[in-house]
Amino acid sequence: MSSGGPVRGSRWLPCHSIAVFAFLYLPIVTLIVYSFNGTGVGGFPPRNLTLGWYRVLFADEAIWASVVNSLLVAAAAVVIALTFGIPAALALDRADFPGKVLFRRLVLLPLILPGIITGLSLLMLFRAVEVRLSLTTIILGHGTALISVATTEVFAGLQKLDRAQEEASLDLGANYWQTFLRVTLPNLRLSIIGAALLIFTLSMDEIAVSFFLIGRDNTLPLEIWGRLRRGITPEINAVSSIIFIFSLAAIVAWYRLRAQAEGQPEIAAELVETAAQGERA
Amino acid sequence: MVSSPQPEVVAHSKQAAGPLLSIRKVAKSFGQHNVLRDISLDIAEGEFLTILGESGSGKTTLLRIIAGFESATSGEIWMGGERLDPLPPYRRRVNTVFQNYALFPHLTVEQNVGYGLRIAKLPKDEIASRVEQALTLMKLTAYAQYKPSRISGGQQQRVALARALVNRPRMLLLDEPLSALDANLRRQMQVELKSLQREVGISFVFVTHDQEEAMVMSDRIALLRLGELEQVASPREIYSHPATAYTAQFIGHTNLLRGEVKDGVARCGSLSWRTGLRDGPGLFSLRPENVRIGTGTTDGVAVRFRGRMLRQAFHGATELLQIECADGLVLSVRAASRQSWQGELELEFSPADAVPVRESQERN
Amino acid sequence: MFSRAYRAAITLPPLLWVAIFLLIPYLLLFCYSFWSVSPSQEIVHSWTLGNYNELLTKRVYLQTLFRSMWIAARVTILSLLLGYPLAYYLSFHAGKRKDLLYQLVIIPLWVSYLVRAYAWKTILGSDGVLNTLLQYVHLTKQPLEFLLYSPFAVVLTLTHIYTSFTFLPIYASLEHVPRNLVEASHDLGASPFQTFWRVIFPLSIPGVLAGATFAFVLSLGDFLAPLLLGGPSGIMISNIVVSLFGAAYNWPLGAAISLCMLVLVITLLFFSERLEKKWSFR
Repeated sequence: MSSGGPVRGSRWLPCHSIAVFAFLYLPIVTLIVYSFNGTGVGGFPPRNLTLGWYRVLFADEAIWASVVNSLLVAAAAVVIALTFGIPAALALDRADFPGKVLFRRLVLLPLILPGIITGLSLLMLFRAVEVRLSLTTIILGHGTALISVATTEVFAGLQKLDRAQEEASLDLGANYWQTFLRVTLPNLRLSIIGAALLIFTLSMDEIAVSFFLIGRDNTLPLEIWGRLRRGITPEINAVSSIIFIFSLAAIVAWYRLRAQAEGQPEIAAELVETAAQGERA
Repeated sequence: MVSSPQPEVVAHSKQAAGPLLSIRKVAKSFGQHNVLRDISLDIAEGEFLTILGESGSGKTTLLRIIAGFESATSGEIWMGGERLDPLPPYRRRVNTVFQNYALFPHLTVEQNVGYGLRIAKLPKDEIASRVEQALTLMKLTAYAQYKPSRISGGQQQRVALARALVNRPRMLLLDEPLSALDANLRRQMQVELKSLQREVGISFVFVTHDQEEAMVMSDRIALLRLGELEQVASPREIYSHPATAYTAQFIGHTNLLRGEVKDGVARCGSLSWRTGLRDGPGLFSLRPENVRIGTGTTDGVAVRFRGRMLRQAFHGATELLQIECADGLVLSVRAASRQSWQGELELEFSPADAVPVRESQERN
Repeated sequence: MFSRAYRAAITLPPLLWVAIFLLIPYLLLFCYSFWSVSPSQEIVHSWTLGNYNELLTKRVYLQTLFRSMWIAARVTILSLLLGYPLAYYLSFHAGKRKDLLYQLVIIPLWVSYLVRAYAWKTILGSDGVLNTLLQYVHLTKQPLEFLLYSPFAVVLTLTHIYTSFTFLPIYASLEHVPRNLVEASHDLGASPFQTFWRVIFPLSIPGVLAGATFAFVLSLGDFLAPLLLGGPSGIMISNIVVSLFGAAYNWPLGAAISLCMLVLVITLLFFSERLEKKWSFR
């Protein structure tokens, strides 16, 4: 990019951007601020700043039970999504088989289809085979819905993979399995970890599919949802703020990972470009 | 396409005694890095000037400053009696042919070529006729409705040329436009570009790192090294009378002879000859083709010496021999092909061909 | 290049899973939409077009569908209006801060959807932050009722969610615009605005289409925002489906609506992809 020929941008663009950032963050910031508000959820300005709601939260057993459930479900969903998503990505990238186009569409459909459709169609399946609804059915639902995430992430990682490495491995005597374990998988490591983080986060927040497949045990979002039907308490602000902190940590971790994977070639590419343009070192 | 130059260009070349473009003490730094230092250069109407240099020499930066994509840190640029540097690129009567052509992928060849004319809001029929002329000139008429992705690299390059020239700029800037082409096409395009420039009649400023290319095409070569001008001269001049050791080595092959001048005699190792230079250290450039094998000439002042054949490399039209002389000095000697040499040889050269050169300045 | 065992290993497991947990359920959906429910709440497995007939004749279904589409359209347009200039600013004018700003745009995406919808609920209520703030600074005397439990609230909340969604593909396509094209356009006499309109924008259209499709389809099928914030006037088509699988127990009818949504989504995707291809120049 040019480092400054006499071409200026206009002024309204940065103002607009600031306004959008404000729009994006104000609700979250408000939520966090009011989690400390002594007099409840509304009312301006916030008064009686207190940690009381957090204390109530920590004593709330139902919430903790649902957190544990959510963690279990999320972990299991990650396992399922990766176990089936990685081969799916490989298959889409490398193999030709009858029905490939249909397969690709089906795998990616849950990404864009409203979650309730995935949820209720799975409900019909479980009803048809007379499986009782429980955490297990939720796990199966999340896994199914999130395979598409794993597939997309790993597929993108495969595009960046240097085929020559695998060919070199075969050339040096390793068979396909060994090549997969020793060369392909390690190169996909960052994509897989990134996908895992994303799937975990999405599962923790999932409502639409879970709504239909829930048994006796609640996940965290459904627990919060249940309380919302009954009336708002600032305790929910508190738990929301904590969820925000964890989401923040997850996304920062994911981004660092990405930067690590793409950073080196990206930085190198940038250097080459600026070298060609500006003739720096 | 342009059967006669635009009236104002004609008026200028008749009235203005000065150069078309005047670069005055231009310098450019990126942070701590000084890419260009104190460049002053005049470019005449209708001349083909090549800015030649290695990567890192600043040649592309200089071109971009003329085009307007970078601003100089200090110095001025004047064109036709007015200052050019405060103007943004879209107000300069200068057009650029980019290294990777930068054709608009969403427009056809015809739309690409007409882009500048549409921006200038020229009447539709004038746009159509000028575009058609440009396409004919560049032999692109058959490809008018194609998108850039469907034509070859050589054709894309012609589109880039047509797109720039159709606007009748006062000067055309070309940023290594031939570097993406393969060798034969490249040579062909060199000849075509040269005759195109003659036909169109405007100044071309051409940037390249290929010294052979520069010599083939240019009226003048401006050799840039580490941000400063090493020498500005015509190809023949710069080849036969390089000013510095760097110039002598960068353009063509040469042998650098180091020695001393004392009492009218230059002594480099075992070689010596009479010279009119003053006493002091001596540095001479001797081109390989100026060293003759055998002592056939009756030239009295020729420097004769013996050498041993080390290596011979076949270069198609000529052979390049590495000869070891008495004191260990190794010289490159160019000889006609169809013969192979062995062992001890008699060689000679004329003192006039040992061109004195300066040491190049150290730069930081 | 690959051995049969390897190929089988990578294709069969996912194929099986997809067949069992995606294909068969969708087929069941298809079947259910042609069945009906008896007064004693049993599913009657005889094939009938009754459900579809009901959908076409009872006004409420089409009305809700159109309202949902109208809400989705507004959300899409607003998200694009917010997201595009932001993406453009980051890609072309942000310079060194580009990376940091990009992270800032993505962070809200990762924060729970429920949390964000809930946040708007607390802000927009009659005792909520916005109303009490306006009263505090004496801009209003009474709380503004339309803020919550209205389509307005749904549009606002969904725009908040989907702006970051539209941002991503637009940003990606803008990043792919070679910068030398911008320079070439300037070189040929086009001002920055002309360059944007003639070069940059056309090349970013695939990103815009992708973002718009995403925002439209996902808002159309949303059930959470209308349930939390929509009130009776903000009910969307997914809410009807959810209630048909809940209190209003009529799975076949719910399946019929779902199938229609499925077909609608697939159709939209199809046309969107065709358009994207038309505008993609590689």
